[in-house]
Amino acid sequence: MKQTISMLSTAAAFVFATGAATAQISDDTVKIGVMNDQSGLYADITGPGSVLAARMAVEDFGGKVAGKSIEVLFADHQNKPDIGANVVRQWIDTQQVDAIADVPTSSVALAVQEITREKNRMFLMSGPASSDLTGKACSETGIHWTYDTYALANGTGKALVKQGGDSWFFLTADYAFGHALERDTSKFVQEGGGKVLGVVRHPLSTADFSSFLLQAQASKAKIIGLANAGGDTINSIKQASEFGIVAGGQRLAGLLVFINDVHALGLKTAQGLVISESFYWDLNDETRAFSKRFAEKNKGNMVPSMIQAGVYGAVSHYLKAVQAAGTDEAKAVAKKMKELPINDFMTKNGSIREDGRVLRDMHLLQVKKPEESKYKYDYYKVLTTVPGTEAFRPLAQGGCPLVKS
Amino acid sequence: MNRFVAFGLLALLLVAPWIGVYPVFIMKALCFGMFAIAFNLLIGYVGLLSFGHAMFFGSASYITGHILKVWGWSAELSIIAGVLAATILGVAAGWIAIRRQGIYFAMITLALSQMVYFFCVQAPFTGGEDGIQSIPRQPLFGIIDLKSDMTLYYFVVAIAVGAFLLVYRIIHSPFGQVLKAIRENEARATSLGYNVDRYKLLAFVLSAALAGLAGSTKVLVMQLASLTDVFWPMSGEVILMTLVGGIGTIFGPVLGAFIVIAMQNYLAGIGEWVLVIQGVVFVIIVLAFRRGIVGELMALWDRRNKPAPTAVQPAE
Repeated sequence: MKQTISMLSTAAAFVFATGAATAQISDDTVKIGVMNDQSGLYADITGPGSVLAARMAVEDFGGKVAGKSIEVLFADHQNKPDIGANVVRQWIDTQQVDAIADVPTSSVALAVQEITREKNRMFLMSGPASSDLTGKACSETGIHWTYDTYALANGTGKALVKQGGDSWFFLTADYAFGHALERDTSKFVQEGGGKVLGVVRHPLSTADFSSFLLQAQASKAKIIGLANAGGDTINSIKQASEFGIVAGGQRLAGLLVFINDVHALGLKTAQGLVISESFYWDLNDETRAFSKRFAEKNKGNMVPSMIQAGVYGAVSHYLKAVQAAGTDEAKAVAKKMKELPINDFMTKNGSIREDGRVLRDMHLLQVKKPEESKYKYDYYKVLTTVPGTEAFRPLAQGGCPLVKS
Repeated sequence: MNRFVAFGLLALLLVAPWIGVYPVFIMKALCFGMFAIAFNLLIGYVGLLSFGHAMFFGSASYITGHILKVWGWSAELSIIAGVLAATILGVAAGWIAIRRQGIYFAMITLALSQMVYFFCVQAPFTGGEDGIQSIPRQPLFGIIDLKSDMTLYYFVVAIAVGAFLLVYRIIHSPFGQVLKAIRENEARATSLGYNVDRYKLLAFVLSAALAGLAGSTKVLVMQLASLTDVFWPMSGEVILMTLVGGIGTIFGPVLGAFIVIAMQNYLAGIGEWVLVIQGVVFVIIVLAFRRGIVGELMALWDRRNKPAPTAVQPAE
C-alpha cells in the first residue's frame, strides 16, 4: 500500500515536472481577448478603440512573441456581468485565450477577476475603476493598469486643495458608488487642509439638477465636487453652465470624466472643469505621436482616451513579459510583468505592485476656455502631476490578501 | 407528437456537452428558459402581461447569492430560500397588481419592480453596482461537489426539466383550464362561479416562484448576482424571449431563451453591431412569425394534418 502511494506520488511529481517543462506557449499562439462595451455608454472611451490599441500593440511588437503568433479577439459584454463572465469562460475553456484585456464596468471586471484567478489566466484591466480590484478582490494574475477610484479622488481632492481650492461642496449620486467617491474625496480634501462645507445627494439618473446646483451655488464653496458618473455628471455640468456657476467663480471638479465627455459637452459648457487622468494626448512628443497614429487608424475620429492608451501599454508590457519568461503560463508572466519596469509613451518608469496595482503618474487637468483652445482636441491645461507613489492607495491599506503584513 | 419532441429534446440535452456544445452556455440558456416559462405561464395562459418579472428573478438571485456566499448553506437549501423569497414577493406584488388589467397591470408590475431595483441599489448586502461576486458553488445536499461544470450541468438540467414538467402539469390541470377560461373571457369565468381574483393571484405567485427558481439557479451557474438581474431591461428581455419562441406554447419560451442568449453570447464577437443584428432578427421574427417560432410551426403542423373539408373555414 505504502509503496503504491509513493509510486503514485512519484508519478504525479513526474507529470507535474514535465508539465512545467513543456508549458512554453500553449497551443502555439498567444491569444489576447479584449472585452468591453462596444455599443453602450462606455463604447467611446473603450469599445473598438481599445481593440485597435491592442492590435497596434501587437503590431508594434512585431506580430510574434517567443516565435509564436499572437491573436487578438474581442467581444462586447453589453455591460452585463452574466454575458461578460460567460464570454470569458468560453474563451478560456474552448479557445485557450491567455489574457483578457480592458473590461470597463466594475461589476463585470470583478466577475472576470474571479474567473481568471480560478483558471489561471492574465487579466489586464484598463477600463474598470473600482479600487477593490487591487484591494480585497486582488488576484495574483490581475493587473490594474490605468487608474482607479482612489487615485481619481486623491488626485482631484488633494491636488486641487494645494492649488487653492480649499472649500468644497459635494453633489453626490445617492448610491454606494457615489457615497464612496464622496467619502474618499472628502478625506483627501480634509487631509490637504481643505474644508467640506456641505453635501447634497441626488437620486441616480436625475434629469433636473437645478435645486441641487442652487444649494451648491449658495454654499459659496470654491469647488463643487461631482461625485457621480455617466449621464448624471454630464447633466450636472451642462446645468451648472446654464446657471453660470463657473462664470460666477466657482469651479467644478469631475471625479469620473473622460476626454470624450469633454468633447461631447463642448468647451463652452465644460470650461473650468477640473479632472484627473493618467493620460492626455497632448502631454509630450511621444503621446502626440501615438495619438496621431491612433486617430489615423481610427478613421481620424478621436484621440485615444486614457483607457485606450492603457490597453496599448498593458498589452505591450504583457507581450514583453511573455517574451522574457518564455511561457504564457499566467503566474510566471505576472511575476515577470512585476519585475520589468514599464516604459512606454504614457508611462515613465512605472512599476507593478504585488497587489497588481500599476504605479503611474496622474495628471490634474483643467478644461480650457474656448478662446484658449488653439487646435482640434486642444482641451486641457495641466495643473499639476501627482507622482505614482503618491497617487495610489498605500499597499497596506488595500486589504489585499496577497500582501503579507 | 409532443411526446416525441420532448423525449428528443431531453436526449439532446443529456448528450449536448459530449458533442461539443459549451455546457455553461446551455446552463445559462436553461435558466433563462425557466424564467421565460414562468413568464409565459402568466401571459400565455392567463393573459396578464407582467412588466416586472425581473424583481422575482433578481431578488431570488440576490438572496441565493448572499446565502451561498455569506451563510454557506448547501446549494439546494439556498435555492429553496431564493424561491421562497420570490414567492413571498410574488404574493405581495400579485395582491396589488391583479386588481387591474391590461396596461395598468403592466405599469403596476413595472413600478413595483423598479422599487425592488432601487432597494437593491441601496441595500448593503447586494453590493450596489458591483453586485455579489465570486459566489461559491456549495455542494449539493452538502456532499455532491458542484464545482465541475459537468456535475452542475446535470443538476441544472434536472431542475429545468422539473420546472418544465411542473408548468406542463399546471396548464393541463383543471386549474389550468380555469386560467385559460379567464384569459378568453373573464366575465364569463366569474359568472360560472369561479373566484377569478384568487385564480389570478395563484397563477401570479406560481409564476413568481418559478422566476425565482430561474434566478437562484442562474446564481449557482454564473456565480454572481448583479443589478442587471433586477433592472427593467431584464423584464423586457423575458418578454422578447417569449415573443420570439411563441406566446402560449409549451416549448416556445425555452426556444426563445436559447435564441436570445445565443445571440447575446455568440454575437458578442461582432462588437458594435450586436444590438443592430438583434434588432433586425426581432423585426423579422415579429413580421414573419407572428405566433412566434414554435407557434408558427405548430400552426403549420395543424394545417398539414387537418382533414381537407375544413379548409373552407375562414382562417383564424
